[in-house]
Amino acid sequence: MAILSEEQSMLREAARGWVDVRSPITAFRKMRDSGNRLHFDTDSWKEQAALGWAGVIIPEAYGGSDFGFLSMGLVLEELGRTLVASPLLASGLVAASAITLGGDEAQKQEWLPAIAEGTAIATLAFEEGAAHVPEKVATTASGTQVGFKISGKKHFVVEGLAADVFIVSARVPDGSDTDQAIELFLVRGDAPGLTRQELKTMDSRGYASLEFHDVEGQRLGSGGNGWSILATTLDRARAGLAAEMLGSATQAFYLTMDYLKTRVQFDSLIGSFQALQHRAARMFMELELARSAVEAALQAVENGASDMPELVSLAKAKVGETLQLVTNEMIQMHGGIGMTDEHDAGLFLKRARVCEAMYGNQSYHRNRYADILGY
Amino acid sequence: MEHVGAADLSDFREEVGRWISDNFPVSLKNMANPMSREAMAFPTEDQEIWRKAMGAKGWGTPTWPTAYGAAGLTRDHARVIQQELLRAGAYNPIGGMGVMMFGPTLLEYGTAAQKAQHLPPIVRGDFQWCQGFSEPGAGSDLVSLQTRADDKGDHFLVNGQKTWTSGAQWAEWCFCLVRTNPHDKYNGISLVLFPMSTPGVEARPIKLINGNSSFCELFLTDVKVSKDQLVGSLNGGWAIAKRLLQHERTALAGSTTTAVEAYSLRELARKYVGTDAGGRIANPDLRARIVANEMEGRIFKQTALRATAEAKEGGDVSALSSMMKNANTRQMQQRTELAIEILGHQGIGWEGDSFSETELTVVRDFLYGKAPSIYGGSQEVQYNIISKRILGLPS
Repeated sequence: MAILSEEQSMLREAARGWVDVRSPITAFRKMRDSGNRLHFDTDSWKEQAALGWAGVIIPEAYGGSDFGFLSMGLVLEELGRTLVASPLLASGLVAASAITLGGDEAQKQEWLPAIAEGTAIATLAFEEGAAHVPEKVATTASGTQVGFKISGKKHFVVEGLAADVFIVSARVPDGSDTDQAIELFLVRGDAPGLTRQELKTMDSRGYASLEFHDVEGQRLGSGGNGWSILATTLDRARAGLAAEMLGSATQAFYLTMDYLKTRVQFDSLIGSFQALQHRAARMFMELELARSAVEAALQAVENGASDMPELVSLAKAKVGETLQLVTNEMIQMHGGIGMTDEHDAGLFLKRARVCEAMYGNQSYHRNRYADILGY
Repeated sequence: MEHVGAADLSDFREEVGRWISDNFPVSLKNMANPMSREAMAFPTEDQEIWRKAMGAKGWGTPTWPTAYGAAGLTRDHARVIQQELLRAGAYNPIGGMGVMMFGPTLLEYGTAAQKAQHLPPIVRGDFQWCQGFSEPGAGSDLVSLQTRADDKGDHFLVNGQKTWTSGAQWAEWCFCLVRTNPHDKYNGISLVLFPMSTPGVEARPIKLINGNSSFCELFLTDVKVSKDQLVGSLNGGWAIAKRLLQHERTALAGSTTTAVEAYSLRELARKYVGTDAGGRIANPDLRARIVANEMEGRIFKQTALRATAEAKEGGDVSALSSMMKNANTRQMQQRTELAIEILGHQGIGWEGDSFSETELTVVRDFLYGKAPSIYGGSQEVQYNIISKRILGLPS
């Protein structure tokens, strides 16, 4: 565990306590089975917002606490432990980052305090296809006297069902198809011409596909740097998601260790079998390595380090690999019970694979790391 | 660990920089640290000058107590020395098992007389130590060791055979595990010290698959060991041995052979495999595997930094040493496998003019690279330690 300040230690303890008492994994299961339209519990979200989590990275001037990304990572890691379904990542980290980085004063005043309070949910809408290629943008924005009109489709929009406002990537007609023609736009959730369709995914969380037909949008900031804001925002998203994945992987691992210490077969605790012990020991090793990579990535985001992109890719790839290993072993080591819907192993497996696909999978990030460093 | 003010450190940094430039022989600048046992046994004149200067200053063992000629500094100061050495293209010439393993253990368990006798020569780099642990019948299962020490009143008489004793042919002293009670496996082991020049001590080098002989068989025949060279209590050696092994794991976890660090897989791949039109390593499969290995290497370094930072804050990171050793070994072995693969037909040479020095180094490193997952507690032993001591899995 990273060296924490007193405030950070208190924040983590508060998050851990809240998760254990108010949102154990049974809460996620209950939400899943309740037919919840948004795929998260709004009362639970109000409690999280009341604890200040939605404003952790938002400047104090806009109603946040400006505690930083390491702090946000600590909270997300705790939420990951019990698979808390929460808009915190999408709204409090990703969208808040985009608006803080790119918004003009009026836009910040309009949205950041509401995001910090949890009364508005914002989200980034940027994916368009099966593969994560954020620079491949077919959605267009044409300028008019009063603003921009957005047309196109967005896929896999996290919390797209609940969002009050979308931050949408689109190309402006400057004739080029380079990254420089990409800008970000604020689009209200109730804007005419916008339709959202629920996307049912295996992790039972809230996602939507969006269609825009000449929908009114407001450019984020003064323009000219949309791609760079999107790129930085995505790296922050990846670091935050990596922290959540680390929490899930750690919890999945220790639940599996508990099982090895209680399940008896052949008149022995199965944890006494060396075939399982060495696999457990290897998982422990991967988890420790992944933790180092995740903490280094969050630190790089916090410091705005020049090597942030490569450190973020390093972390997302490593934690992805580790979470994949641990969730597979969780099922295998539990045997038949792990295959049942009644057991939690499947919940970890399903969330793990969705996280793996989000913001670039292992292959994407290894390849990106290689490109950045010139291999 | 006390914290040191930044101003205090910057004065110290200046002092260290000045002292290095006054004392470090320019002929050694940017030379690799001659830390191989063989190189340390046959130093050049300038290497001797440098060793003696650092030894007298006590900066080779910066955090050890001044009572033994060391510098008694904080870890922060020690880090400054390390950084300044690096900046000057210099190295720390005081090393080996005495510094890495034996010294820290003696500080913890030795008598005042033992510390006064043995620590100063280690601090000065005068004596090298070797480790009499493994035996032909006690490798991973070290506790089964059979070398006997019989109580002869004023001395012990030691008989038996050790093996894989690294550097025994060049060492001045040996710290050795012996059986002092044949009826109690764990509580029948003691740690004794003797000079390698004692009659009855014979070291025979073992030739390895890479052609080198850095390890020895050690034959002990009626070796007289003075009783004041027993460390800790009689039959209490196993606890001390575990401590020594922990120091060893920690040291091994952080070590990579200089040769492995000396070449870059990327540069080798560019030269031997070539690049595509976009400047990428031409074979995408190889490129992917090289990058995955380099990423693991970087994460290992991040983990070492994290462990250092946590240790500084007083956290117990001893649990990490087994995991660190296995992670480091895995990454290093994959790296040496990749290196010979990149070299292709130039990566299968043994000796001769058809192969460059680098090519031969790559091959020899690859071969020696099979050792680290065996020595210092095999990979499997480390996994046992993790699963039992850290994860608490049942026996």
